[in-house]
Amino acid sequence: MDASIASILMLDGLTNGAVYALLGLATVLVFSVTRIIFIPQGEFVAYGALTLAMLQAGQVPGTVWLLLAMALMVGFLDAVQAWRQSARLGRALQAAAASTSMPLLLSALGWWAAPQQFPLAVQALLTLAIVTACGPLVYRLAYQSLADASSLVLLIVSVGVHLALTGLGLLFFGAEGFRNPSFWDARMHWGPVLVKGQALIIFLVSLAMIVLLWQFFSRTLRGKALQATAVNRLGARLMGISTTGAGQLTFAMAALIGALSGLLIGPTTTIFYDSGFLIGLKGFVAAVLGGLQSYPLAALGALFVGLVEAFASYWASAFKEMIVFTLVLPILLWRSLASGHSEEH
Amino acid sequence: MVSKLSKALHARGVQRLALGLGVLLFAVLPVPEFWITQLNYIALYAMVVLGLVLLTGVGGLTSFGQAAFVGIGAYAAAYLSVAAGWSPWLTVFAGLLLTTLCALVLGWITLRMSGHYLPLATIAWGLSLYYLMGNLDALGKYDGIQGIPPLLLGSWDISEGRPFFVLAWGLLLVLVFALQNLLDSRTGRALRALRASAQMAEAMGVNTLRHKVGIFVLAALFASLSGWLLAHSQRIVNPSPFGLKMGIEYLFMGVLGGVGYVWGALAGALSAKLLEDQLQVLLPRWLGGSGSYEVIVFGVVLVLALKYLPDGIWSLVGRWLPAPQRPEDWQGAPALPERAKPVAGETVLEVQGIRKQFGGLVAVKDISFCIGAGHIVGLIGPNGAGKSTTFNLISGVLPLSAGSVRFRGDVVSGLPSRAIARRGMSRTFQHVKMIPELSVLDNVALGAQLRGRCGALASMLRLDRFEERQLLAEAARQLARIGMAETMHTPAGNLAMGPQRLMEIARALCSDPALLLLDEPAAGLRHQEKQALAQVLRQLRSEGVSILLVEHDMDLVMDVSDHIVVMEFGTLLMAGTPAQVQDSPAVRAAYLGVEH
Repeated sequence: MDASIASILMLDGLTNGAVYALLGLATVLVFSVTRIIFIPQGEFVAYGALTLAMLQAGQVPGTVWLLLAMALMVGFLDAVQAWRQSARLGRALQAAAASTSMPLLLSALGWWAAPQQFPLAVQALLTLAIVTACGPLVYRLAYQSLADASSLVLLIVSVGVHLALTGLGLLFFGAEGFRNPSFWDARMHWGPVLVKGQALIIFLVSLAMIVLLWQFFSRTLRGKALQATAVNRLGARLMGISTTGAGQLTFAMAALIGALSGLLIGPTTTIFYDSGFLIGLKGFVAAVLGGLQSYPLAALGALFVGLVEAFASYWASAFKEMIVFTLVLPILLWRSLASGHSEEH
Repeated sequence: MVSKLSKALHARGVQRLALGLGVLLFAVLPVPEFWITQLNYIALYAMVVLGLVLLTGVGGLTSFGQAAFVGIGAYAAAYLSVAAGWSPWLTVFAGLLLTTLCALVLGWITLRMSGHYLPLATIAWGLSLYYLMGNLDALGKYDGIQGIPPLLLGSWDISEGRPFFVLAWGLLLVLVFALQNLLDSRTGRALRALRASAQMAEAMGVNTLRHKVGIFVLAALFASLSGWLLAHSQRIVNPSPFGLKMGIEYLFMGVLGGVGYVWGALAGALSAKLLEDQLQVLLPRWLGGSGSYEVIVFGVVLVLALKYLPDGIWSLVGRWLPAPQRPEDWQGAPALPERAKPVAGETVLEVQGIRKQFGGLVAVKDISFCIGAGHIVGLIGPNGAGKSTTFNLISGVLPLSAGSVRFRGDVVSGLPSRAIARRGMSRTFQHVKMIPELSVLDNVALGAQLRGRCGALASMLRLDRFEERQLLAEAARQLARIGMAETMHTPAGNLAMGPQRLMEIARALCSDPALLLLDEPAAGLRHQEKQALAQVLRQLRSEGVSILLVEHDMDLVMDVSDHIVVMEFGTLLMAGTPAQVQDSPAVRAAYLGVEH
């Protein structure tokens, strides 16, 4: 291996690592606020990339129907709940409208906009909106009523959600893979390294997202409320913070990050309905490195995972995935020796 | 005569024999060949899920990587019989050995940390192994290994159809019975305590890490055995049935069937297989196209099951079955040997300047006191004075920041709580920690954990019955002593608060302690129960047992204590006889405040 191959691999690894960093941050975020180990994070990645691919083809993406179906279910559940509490039809309808109006509006927008062949940037924004709106609905349907269950039960729920979303992905997008057009086709020569515009976009967007998240947590009341929920759910509730609201907000953010990652990674590789799982799990490996609680360690871990993956694909391409996932074992060993205590759960 | 007959029919041995004969009978009945094939798969699945019952339902741990262990068993069988020419009857041992090694390493790395790391590690492990199997030339890459020899009995091929049905279901039943035996034993009580409270288990002398690794390995071995059967019956292996998807499906079967019940494994494997068969036909017809759409339904059913049927299908079936009655067969069992009690004048416990700091907060600051043989020392103080923390420091539940604890002459500070328990210190907890689904008797017998020695294997083979009778006899004796003999068969979770506390005392007494640490034993007791408790404490004292008592009921404390230590804000306020403490203005000020 010479310096130019090494630098190409490095760039490749860091580009993918930047996406894994986003996913790792989302994993840490969801776990710390809700104690949910969010296995389906990667499904949002595939949904993001493939929704855009469908819009590119001028078709109504299946995620629009998913959003519609979930909104109707949530509306029904919320109406029943409000009815049980107040026994007034007006209240029930109000509750249903409150939780469903936005998703319904978005799915209508998606249905209308799909055949219009809008410019790429508009379609990307629409994709983000559709997938992000799915997040809170998934929380409402699968997790909300189990929010106080043990983290083991929540983990198994996550696996159930993963299965369902993957199967739905197959139904919506078919078994065929798609590769999205680049957002920026430029190619630049920096010394010996060829930098693609898309790689630059990945770096910049990831960085911007991380800064945004950081600002959100340190500067806004909602961000602080999420932090409070992460530290102590009961305490946060006593301070008037809705843990349900916190859960839904967290899931919206997770879905947004997932969809964004999908848009970023979509032009660099072919995405299939089930590709998201492996991509999400690599973010997971990074999050485990951060002990599922440290954002900076998760981000660094993600870059490390990206680099290992890039170099592994050069030296032993057949064993690339195996090497990346086996990485979890030494990481866990290190963590277990470093912390060395088990906690009561 | 009739009652004898009905008793015999209820005996476990007879039921098991009947089940075994049922399998044989089913094999010779003219049922369609297709049923036999499906049931063969179900037996192989159920074997894996049985391991998950032990791991998840009993131990509170989860693995998504069981399919990978099935893969190890299957590939070991395939490789060794095809490439190395081993007899199929020998490959099973190689598979089990390899599985043990892998599970030991994986368990040892992940099980020291909190619960969610094991499932995460098994996800990664399941993926890694899948890609490894799919890329190794020696294992035939994604094409796998073909031409695996069948299992032969002489020249009789028993690896398909009805003979295989008898083999697979026979093995499955043997595993079910072994697991039932294990759960109803000394080791079984320790395993159930893992999920209830690791802290309590350790205080009863259970090495929780060893037990966790143990059930992880055992569950992996069940899976590996299923893989061996699979390889020799399919005659071909490739990586696809050993991937993460299948690992998740095994857990799905467990949750669906009821991961808390041994028979839940069978119920889960059966219903998941039937569901899958139906869905694979129906869904493509409804949705058009082809593909494994059944995962959508699996996912939704999994979430719904956790919400609306968290104990699985078997919890519905089990409701209709008669509750198993434990025969009281321990009368006449020889008493367990007792340790030499401290003699009068011996200092049993010597606490020297112990301190506990949580970050900047000093919860316990330089506390020192002694307890002599056959003495009752009361430890009192207002709420938040650090009494329970002091308890945890002495019993080894929390590590000390400074100071030392000597117990019967040896320094015990720094030892884990189970090592301290082994030396004869036993405790109760301020917030009752018990195994709610087990009977009161079983909960109390957990206290005698360190007085038995039979391990998991002996329990599975039922070689532990003599010792088990001794342990249960001791538990029954301690329950009678505190006046709870009538409730011994009640599930502990059904008891009221007061009796739960008494049960904890009986559990502590079961360990034959030299020093008993009681954390608010009288909370929630009625007046007469308190008097009975005081009587028991006095009797223990006369037998040479020393007692450290944290209690808010001043009548009781003043009544039974020989010596009282008063704490306030983590420091020692005063120590003296009950009369001295009652007269102290400082103590009064600590409890009631000062007049200005």
